[in-house]
Amino acid sequence: MNEKSIKQVLGFWVLRLCMGFVALILVVVFYDIITKGAPAVTWTFLTQSPREGMTEGGIFPAIVGTFLVTMITAILAVPLGMGSAIYLNEYAPDNFMTRFIRMSIRNLSGVPSIVYGLFGVALFVEMCHFGTSIISAGCTLGLMTLPLTITASEEALKAVPRSYREGALALGATKWQSIRTNVLPYAIPGMLTGAILGLSRAAGETAPILFTGAAFFLPDLPNSLLSQFMALPYHLYIMSTQHHNITLVRPIAYGTALVLLMLIFLVNISAIILRYRLRQMKKE
Amino acid sequence: MPNMKPKIKIKDFNFYYGASQVLKRISMDIQPTHVTAIIGPSGCGKSTLLRCLNRMNDLIPSSRPEGKIEIDGQDINAPSIDVVDLRKRVGMVFQKPNPFPKSIFDNVAYGLRVNGIKDNRLIEKRVEASLKGSALWEEAKDRLKENALNLSGGQQQRLCVARALAIEPEVLLMDEPASALDPIATAKIEELIVELKKKYTIVIVTHNMQQAARISDSTAFLMQGDLVEYGKTSDIFTKPKQKMTEEYITGRFG
Amino acid sequence: MNKRRLKEKLIEWLFFVNGMIAVLVLVGIFILLVRNAFPGFKEVSFWEFLTTSRWNPDAYDKETYGFLAMLASTGMTTIGSLLIAVPLGVGTAAYLSDVASHRVREIAKPLIEILAGIPSVVIGFLGIVLVGPVLAKLTGTYNGLNAINGSILLAVMALPTIVSLSEDALNSVPRSYEEASLALGANKWQTVIKVKIPAAASGIIAACMLGMGRAIGETMTVLMATGNAPDFPQNLLSSVKTMTATIAIELGETAYFSTHFYMLFTVGLVLFIITFFINLISDIIFHKHMKMLK
Repeated sequence: MNEKSIKQVLGFWVLRLCMGFVALILVVVFYDIITKGAPAVTWTFLTQSPREGMTEGGIFPAIVGTFLVTMITAILAVPLGMGSAIYLNEYAPDNFMTRFIRMSIRNLSGVPSIVYGLFGVALFVEMCHFGTSIISAGCTLGLMTLPLTITASEEALKAVPRSYREGALALGATKWQSIRTNVLPYAIPGMLTGAILGLSRAAGETAPILFTGAAFFLPDLPNSLLSQFMALPYHLYIMSTQHHNITLVRPIAYGTALVLLMLIFLVNISAIILRYRLRQMKKE
Repeated sequence: MPNMKPKIKIKDFNFYYGASQVLKRISMDIQPTHVTAIIGPSGCGKSTLLRCLNRMNDLIPSSRPEGKIEIDGQDINAPSIDVVDLRKRVGMVFQKPNPFPKSIFDNVAYGLRVNGIKDNRLIEKRVEASLKGSALWEEAKDRLKENALNLSGGQQQRLCVARALAIEPEVLLMDEPASALDPIATAKIEELIVELKKKYTIVIVTHNMQQAARISDSTAFLMQGDLVEYGKTSDIFTKPKQKMTEEYITGRFG
Repeated sequence: MNKRRLKEKLIEWLFFVNGMIAVLVLVGIFILLVRNAFPGFKEVSFWEFLTTSRWNPDAYDKETYGFLAMLASTGMTTIGSLLIAVPLGVGTAAYLSDVASHRVREIAKPLIEILAGIPSVVIGFLGIVLVGPVLAKLTGTYNGLNAINGSILLAVMALPTIVSLSEDALNSVPRSYEEASLALGANKWQTVIKVKIPAAASGIIAACMLGMGRAIGETMTVLMATGNAPDFPQNLLSSVKTMTATIAIELGETAYFSTHFYMLFTVGLVLFIITFFINLISDIIFHKHMKMLK
């Protein structure tokens, strides 16, 4: 083997190592959390409230809280995101202003989540007088998710061939008819995949709900949208850093981490599979 | 050219994409129940001219028509004209077959449904008539529920013709309808065009001169946005008046 | 105007309003941040904020709001994370685009996406229970909650962005470049190093910048794993308190509309501006790159 080939073999191994290392990170995360979290996750753990100063009992209120907040997020971000994407992709004139708006929206999806948290405090908690509540936190997460859903929905709309629109218009369809019957049916699965990925990210976020409604401990389930709530990611944060006896509650923290991780993983993987299927279908 | 009342009258028509002018003072009359071919080198504006006739160019931002196109004496760019109604009267078949990813039946029924026809018996009747009209009925009648994308390219294009016929247009625009097809499918489309002209006014854009010579009654030769020559097809191909036309049809450029 | 046209106009208008609501809300973020950031400077001098490093809002005699310590902390953890994530991420991207078989790629890409989906609080938790003890043992410190720990976790958070965008950039290099290089007798490795990576360089840089934006704005991981000492960081083993962590810790403990509250919004505004511009620049570079190669 000459020097050139040796370099190539070595080089490729370095690249393989990089990939291997990234895969290893994933394995370590899942392995550690599954092995140490699984013993804690029992039926009681999933269905009961924390007891004895949060050293025993379960995480049921946190599961409910995360579910409720994510619902609010979905109600706000999904229709608004899809509608805005339809406007931008189908109706908006292709000029500087539209391109500027589109670019700003893309960049807003990279603004730190804690900044959205500040915004949520200023707008929903204070200005709208929602206080620290499910609705404040849900709206904050909704706004954080909005740029993502808009961008993903626009991608899905762009993937529908122009000829579907032109063909419909040439047959005397109005613009809305052509969108409704000949664009949306093919774009909606893609739009939903994007929305699901966005929502799963929102469900796992902690920073935006820190001061917009998440509570350390609540003995009862929230009884209105204006109540505070417990949430899985916040609960994990509390149990790993703020609890008075951190080593004692470590198993609970691991259990919470496992539930959160699995929840997000299952949602993500179903979205990824859905998208994969769609792509296969399109290839045929 | 027979002296019938023209179906379409184009008069001093200019068209711009932004600042660049792609059609320059085009004037021509298009006869009813005739096949009119528009030929010319690529980029000469022939597709643009065709797409002006059903205002498909409205979709292109910063495009602007100027001058007059009349169909049955009506200015199609007038503000009172609803472009949706116009497109019902002026059907279009595109360069690449573009069936919707729906069943064969639903493809043909699409135009009827968006135009508010709900009576299923009527829809079935019109679908059958249209498929017969585009010579696809025999091949498609047993697979109407099948996805249109399973058809061959030539069948897809005839489906697109059927789709356009279903809404009973008066004019049929065809933008290089055979350019994506093999010779056998092309021959079928050409036969179909000759058959269709009994009922419809047909305007076809083609880069294939033999095709223009075979199927059209009149031919317009466009060059860089100018209408160089327009007349009976037999005249254009045997004794062109302009030198440029002659050079083009004898294949010296283009 | 007939009924149908009216309906069409109405629908278009509805979507327009919808789009504008989205835009207004997003513009609103900026305005609200600014509105809540400026009142702080009635009490605190802008100069003090920019040039001193003591952030001590609870001081008994005089509160101070120096910004430099947390800026340095954010800078330190971010740079540390990039030192890890850039080589690893670009290497992985090169592997995926040029070495991996089609099947490996089909499996590896969803894995990267799953990595991207792991909530930051989970990564932060692992920083405490996994990375921290290891670091403590290696460096002989008490609990391993310091800048290096933060850097490692931030690298994990930034990796997926860097990998997937770098891979896009590498894949956008036309095949003809590769073929030309191979035809001249270069082997695959030389082609990757000398032709593909340089041709994709601007796209890769954009990817890394975006990863940097992620790292700067990450909250939970650094909040949980860096120890949060408010002092100016001495070295990588120092415990640090980043901009994001400062907001996360202190906003919950401060009275609304106090100077402290406003100053935290100022920090948020700075974060917003920094990340927005990093994203904007990388977005422009990335699109220019893609356009150029088309």
